[in-house]
Amino acid sequence: MAAIELTVNGERRTADLDPATPLLWVLRDEFGLTGTKFGCGIAQCGACTVRLDGDAVRSCVTPLSRAAGRRVTTIEGLSEGKRHAVQQAWLDEQVPQCGYCQPGQIMCAAVLLAHVPDPTDADIDDALAGNICRCGTYVRIRRAVHRAALLAKERR
Amino acid sequence: MKLAVAVVGAALLAAASNTGANREDEGWRAFTEVAAVLTHPRCLNCHVPGDSPLQGDEGRPHDMNVRRAADGRGTPAARCTNCHQTANSPAPHSPPGAPDWRLPPPSARMAWRGLTTEEICRSLKDPGRNGGRGLSQLVEHVSKDQIVNWGWDPGPGRGAPPLSHGEFVRRFVQWAESGAPCGLFQERR
Repeated sequence: MAAIELTVNGERRTADLDPATPLLWVLRDEFGLTGTKFGCGIAQCGACTVRLDGDAVRSCVTPLSRAAGRRVTTIEGLSEGKRHAVQQAWLDEQVPQCGYCQPGQIMCAAVLLAHVPDPTDADIDDALAGNICRCGTYVRIRRAVHRAALLAKERR
Repeated sequence: MKLAVAVVGAALLAAASNTGANREDEGWRAFTEVAAVLTHPRCLNCHVPGDSPLQGDEGRPHDMNVRRAADGRGTPAARCTNCHQTANSPAPHSPPGAPDWRLPPPSARMAWRGLTTEEICRSLKDPGRNGGRGLSQLVEHVSKDQIVNWGWDPGPGRGAPPLSHGEFVRRFVQWAESGAPCGLFQERR
């Protein structure tokens, strides 16, 4: 079993583990990046969303082997000093309640805005429908994504 | 003598014609079995007329409001492969997987729900509706595309189509080699 190399938040890392190990466990248990959460374990809730190259993958069902040689970005690596437009908008709108699902929500919203800089409500609903919030913060989430789009536009 | 030659010639022509008709009819009968696979949920759940796939043996709307999008692979933040991996996950109730998990692109939806077997046949071989595929490319898709093969290894909780994959491909090829008829010979006259 050969060790698998990947880039996590800009840093080259090596994981000497079973290639079928869920990426989520590698990030949390091996690399200590506990910002990404375990929710359902079957890609139904979105709490474990991370960026794999440009995509918002569910790390609980993504095998480590899929990340070999690729770039993984977790909530810890989204920006320096939590200054990403989505993070700032989340603070401005006071989105989180319990906060558990928010890393996944933010990672998914960041991917949406990378592809759709000025999303409609429908774009946001479609993009985030797979990210469940038990506290029901959906209205604030949608507002924050719009705000993040404006912030990003101002920064360009 | 001339009369005898003419009679024999006509008989030979009729026999040849009957042989052709029989071959086509057998091809058509093979297609009716192919259609039973094409209309199984393992195929129909992604071969949908709208923009959202279905899931499960009952063909319920796919969770998470996912969309086909321009390339059939989902919207930017909700790509099919965000959840679907290249193989079935061992965890119960988790997403099934196969290489290049996707829907057909919007230009070639190949949606067959509610169509008669003849209509399915005609749409299947129409390059204007099937993504510009000829018969050999259709055979390639049903025999080698790994997402098609997945239909026979769908993981727990999902039924497989009525024929084995090998039987399905054999009947598909039989239909294609018989001229890809869309009905019985006599009924098409």
